Amino acid sequence: MNLFRNVVFIAAIAGLVAGVVLACMQAYATVPLILKAEVYEQAGGGHHHDHAAPAATDTNAMSTAAPAANAMSSAAPAQAAAPAAQDEGWAPADGFERFAFSVLANIVTGIGFALILVAVSEFAGGIGNWRQGVFWGLAGFAVFTLAPGLGLPPELPAMPAADLTQRQIWWWATVAATAAGLGLIAFRKSLPLAILGVALIVAPHVVGAPQPESFETAIPEGLHHQFVVAVTLTNLVFWLVLGVVVGVVRGRFTGTATSLRDSFA
Amino acid sequence: MNTASVSLGASVSSQSRFMQLALAAFLGIFVMGFVGFSHIDAVHNAAHDYRHSMAFPCH
Repeated sequence: MNLFRNVVFIAAIAGLVAGVVLACMQAYATVPLILKAEVYEQAGGGHHHDHAAPAATDTNAMSTAAPAANAMSSAAPAQAAAPAAQDEGWAPADGFERFAFSVLANIVTGIGFALILVAVSEFAGGIGNWRQGVFWGLAGFAVFTLAPGLGLPPELPAMPAADLTQRQIWWWATVAATAAGLGLIAFRKSLPLAILGVALIVAPHVVGAPQPESFETAIPEGLHHQFVVAVTLTNLVFWLVLGVVVGVVRGRFTGTATSLRDSFA
Repeated sequence: MNTASVSLGASVSSQSRFMQLALAAFLGIFVMGFVGFSHIDAVHNAAHDYRHSMAFPCH
């Protein structure tokens, strides 16, 4: 299990670094937008997505309340009053505890993503240096963020959405099809297989992601757009950091463990 | 044999190599599936902001 151990070791380092970087970017770029959206969510009544909730009177009240909520999101009374999840089991307390769990989730899944990235790239010869890491990172970004994000854009709390399990199935299927398609294009030197790869990348979007019955939401369009941009860019940087760190750490590894002939250039 | 000897300094047979890499990839999918996609309420709430920030399907 020598190889397995090495893969896990490299993935742990890369996932830790990229996860911490991502958590810092999220604290600055995405979490403030989520907190703003939660003000709308609680004003609209509860944690559940009630399609009937944003009725006409509600949205009128919202439009007057919105500027105030935007101006002092952290001081908004709605947020302090209701901890959001009374009927949904345990939840971390707002503030440090919530942030700490986000950091933990970032690191743990960062290592998960890194395990996938390192294992898959080893099949193709491995990420030999930081520049190859950039391209592998771009591929990971396309597979795990861009492709699923086309059908299921990043969503804020209180936004309407289709059945959760349906969306999760579509998400995984899209990730698998996009990864397979990119693999066929990049590693099979054959035109028919490259065309098949393109078809695999397009197919999930022809099928179409599960969509909600109504797109009506109290969340302002501008806030959502800001969130989509923030999520996409933070994920791009995360994947680039992940790929680069894997390339650098793996280079040190092969450099000490084997002769120069065995390392990739 | 060639491909086996150039990876991460581990000279292993190609079958063992495949198994170990597949195991690592499976472990990664399991870890991120649990944190990002589990329907358990406590797990969802703990990683709530993270799920939204990664555009994972949420709620």
